Amino acid sequence: MVSSLWVSLHKWNLISPMEWVGLRNYTNLLGDEMTRRVFLHTLIYVVGYLPIVYAGGLLLALALNQKLKGRSFLRATYFLPVVTSWVVVALVWKWLLNPTNGLVNQLLGGLGLPQPGWWTDPHWALPAVILSSAWKDLGFVMVILLAGLQSIPTDVYEAAKVDGSNSWQRFWRITLPLLSPSTFFVVVISLINGFQVFDQVYVMTGGGPAGSSQVVVGQIYDLTFRYGRAGEASALSWILFAVILIITVFQIRGQRRWVHYA
Amino acid sequence: MRDPRTLPAKIALYAAVLVGAAIMLFPFLWTVITSITPEGSLADGPTVFVDHPTLNAYRTLLDAMPIWRIILNSLGVAIVSTALQLVTGSMAAYGFARLRFPLKNVIFGFYLATLMVPLQVLVVPLFIEMKTLDLQDTYFALLAPTIASAFGVFLLRQAVTAVPMELDEAATIDGAGHLRIFTTIVLPLIRPALATVAVFAFMGSWNSFLWPLVVIRSPEFMTLPLGLSTLQGQFTTQWDVVMAGSVVSIVPIAIVYLVAQRHIIAGVAHTGIK
Repeated sequence: MVSSLWVSLHKWNLISPMEWVGLRNYTNLLGDEMTRRVFLHTLIYVVGYLPIVYAGGLLLALALNQKLKGRSFLRATYFLPVVTSWVVVALVWKWLLNPTNGLVNQLLGGLGLPQPGWWTDPHWALPAVILSSAWKDLGFVMVILLAGLQSIPTDVYEAAKVDGSNSWQRFWRITLPLLSPSTFFVVVISLINGFQVFDQVYVMTGGGPAGSSQVVVGQIYDLTFRYGRAGEASALSWILFAVILIITVFQIRGQRRWVHYA
Repeated sequence: MRDPRTLPAKIALYAAVLVGAAIMLFPFLWTVITSITPEGSLADGPTVFVDHPTLNAYRTLLDAMPIWRIILNSLGVAIVSTALQLVTGSMAAYGFARLRFPLKNVIFGFYLATLMVPLQVLVVPLFIEMKTLDLQDTYFALLAPTIASAFGVFLLRQAVTAVPMELDEAATIDGAGHLRIFTTIVLPLIRPALATVAVFAFMGSWNSFLWPLVVIRSPEFMTLPLGLSTLQGQFTTQWDVVMAGSVVSIVPIAIVYLVAQRHIIAGVAHTGIK
């Protein structure tokens, strides 16, 4: 960590001697258009991804908390993508979302719907990454929320039923508030992981087309290993760390307002 | 556990979860189908039933890279790093929970701090370290960042703290030392936590990509995710070969998953209810 901080204060291409530049790496980055773009893309990724996995995971958790036949088989199925590596998921979805002969576009075409260029189109590259990431992590969110659901005591529901509540009211007044610790965990973890998104972007789009899906960690990687600007890369990684830290601290501070422990 | 009351509601529920499950499973099935489709007919568009299934893509894969070696690398690195994390993690956890030594809380604070620092911040200095020590392209380089995990120490410390002190005291009266207490009392009692850490360590190592990408150049030391990503570069248009590689890398982890499924899901759920 110390050496990373040290490197971030230098101009260095990994080979020739380091040259002291003080805070110039930081000021350069903060004034750089590219930095703003990669942070914006990362933010779009997080903001697009989180509601999908949370809503999807919640629906699944509610459904699979019911008495269904084959429940544990279904849970295992939904969890399978979670154990698969990001690289595989990214490759498989890159193939499914192939603009010319990918399965998804064939289906869309068959239904007479527009066929986006997905990872070859600057407007669709990020959504393609978000979709495949959401598919992979849905099972993870489901399991966390299932564990949360099962820790809610059933007598609370019984009491509410006696008081004449309908199931919709019970969901909003009991389930969601008592699920808030699990929700909090999912949100914190997803934000931390989301800001560090790299593997799926690297494999699926390589940050392209034309940098339209480049994210912060991708930029750190490219700066170091493609452009030999290790100093700036280290500085950028510290900026990223600071951002994640600030967001996490804010969330922990803010949790008192909405997280209820049973 | 509520019972959906009406029959239509129940049917709708089944339909929804089954469609969902199909969406989860189909990409895997599609990967297998693509890998056995003759290359020429891929352009014709998708068919679920392949007319002339072929293993050509797998043959091309075998020629393109030392795939067996890569699988063994992945397995070896995952097993060794899991074992190391369990050993170092449980010992550190015991130390933090049971021993008294100066600056204990400060050192534990440092552990927690490293939990917060993302790998990305450490990639450049770790890379430099490997380079100056001339350890690029070695198994040691692959293992180095995974020898100890702060997450594991944290989780295991919680588990050790939950073991009643009286057990230790009774054992001490019977003349047992720390080593004895650790191996015969504490370790068996924290098995669920150990399983959770093992699951995370194994999955983490098996799927890790950024670090191998940084320190490994030659195919002999590659792990599966890295091998796969280079495959993509070599066969940009040959999706059958890329999907064959995907199948090869899904199968081992899928087997591990099916065997250990209960523990994996329980382990993940367990970390959520902190």
